[in-house]
Amino acid sequence: MTTELRGKSAIVGTGHAGFGEAHGLTAYDVMAQSALAALGDAGLKLSDVDGLFCTMMEDSMPALMAAEYLGIQPRFIDGTMSGGSSFVNYLTSATMALDAGLCDVALIVYGSNQRTASGRLVTASRPPAYEAPYNPRYPISAYAMAAARHMHEYGTTREQLADVAVAARAWAQHNPEAFERGPLTREDVLGARMVGDPLTVRDCCLVTDGGGAIVMVRADRARDFPKVPVYVLGSATASSHRQISQMKDFTVTAARDSGARAFAAAGVTPADIQAVELYDAFTINTILFLEDLGFCAKGEGGAFVEGGRIAPGGVLPVNTNGGGLSCVHPGMYGIFTVIEAARQIRGDAPGIQSKDIDLALAHGNGGVLSSQVTAILGSQNTL
Amino acid sequence: MQDAKGPDQLFQRALAEGEILLPKCDDCGAYHFFPRVLCPHCHGAAISWKQATGKGRVYTTTVVRRSQNRGGDYNVCMVELQEGVRMMSRVEDIAPGEVAIDMAVTAFVGEAEGVPAVLFKPSEV
Repeated sequence: MTTELRGKSAIVGTGHAGFGEAHGLTAYDVMAQSALAALGDAGLKLSDVDGLFCTMMEDSMPALMAAEYLGIQPRFIDGTMSGGSSFVNYLTSATMALDAGLCDVALIVYGSNQRTASGRLVTASRPPAYEAPYNPRYPISAYAMAAARHMHEYGTTREQLADVAVAARAWAQHNPEAFERGPLTREDVLGARMVGDPLTVRDCCLVTDGGGAIVMVRADRARDFPKVPVYVLGSATASSHRQISQMKDFTVTAARDSGARAFAAAGVTPADIQAVELYDAFTINTILFLEDLGFCAKGEGGAFVEGGRIAPGGVLPVNTNGGGLSCVHPGMYGIFTVIEAARQIRGDAPGIQSKDIDLALAHGNGGVLSSQVTAILGSQNTL
Repeated sequence: MQDAKGPDQLFQRALAEGEILLPKCDDCGAYHFFPRVLCPHCHGAAISWKQATGKGRVYTTTVVRRSQNRGGDYNVCMVELQEGVRMMSRVEDIAPGEVAIDMAVTAFVGEAEGVPAVLFKPSEV
């Protein structure tokens, strides 16, 4: 996205459904409930939607399946699949489509029932040919190897990784929508079952059901809706590989590029950001993304998160809903980074609402640290 | 190898015969892995096959934890070969948790999940 698109679109509705366990519902049911929730939030109807941005793990043509289920015939469809980052990426294509007049009401939507359907991460991907014989556990082995290399190069500790999970839980404890709200200490994380060294099960995101949806319109009509509009100031994508075996440096993600481009597009810097919503599939993610997005230097992420510095009352509010580690993780969490960032700016976050948030960052991760998409959202004051 | 056509077939056929071949770009001289019809570094399309030295170092490693009755824990790692390419593999002849970053390892052709595969063992120093 160029700076010409800065502030050209706005989020006017967000919604979600099926958090935790959506017994008896299909993934498409959860998707549709999420769409209705977001449209209700925006004061719009499904028949108003003429742009659809969707991917799911259920099918190779999920956007078409979603349009069919919803009973709509959108004149613009984007089903680009870059994993959990897809929904952050749709902020760019939705802004472009809205700005070009290719649609007037954009609906970004997702749903999953992976927890009640299978109890594990559902993926439509086939095991990569040059990795499959070694039987890596997808996706945890990839993130475990990234964590191991980060620990080796920078002295990052398991305690620092654990503190990411502890901070996420501390936010979640204040969020009635979060799935895991029980107490969690550093010792709990370290003492939990090891699943892929150096990561224990508490270093890993939840496996839940859930769906989310976002409604966007052109900025010139954004104030005609019930909720305070949240503007897309900049969004950018970058990718470095698909298979973890092709990642060049396991300690540096493409978030360095997506972040730099998004900040440039928005005309702001990391120091301006008041709430940070990162795709925390594993505890190492938060450390990598804080470094690569410029909130701290490479190698200093461990110290940055240590001892509650990203927990409530810390130096930087990170994953204020509890994140994928403690709030919700239906398989592709990215959409929830945008929803929480938007709600923090609107002032109606379900958990701890930080005061007077004008600028928030949402960051999506896809594949195995493969796709990185960064978006910067702002209030009316930032236009 | 006469029937093998594509780069994946060529690599797998050699492996089945106990050989580890690596693709090397005729234009820029760099190796790449996995095998493909072009060089991902300079995008040249003239590729030759070279016998791998088999010498490498562990770049990063993990232990996949698995219950004893399903076969127990095992190693998954990334090995950087002397040729400059990395491949996923595992180090054998050593406990999975003893595999360490920077450890010198030597390749051999073994079997993984029922197919011929490049595996490694600790190098004799």
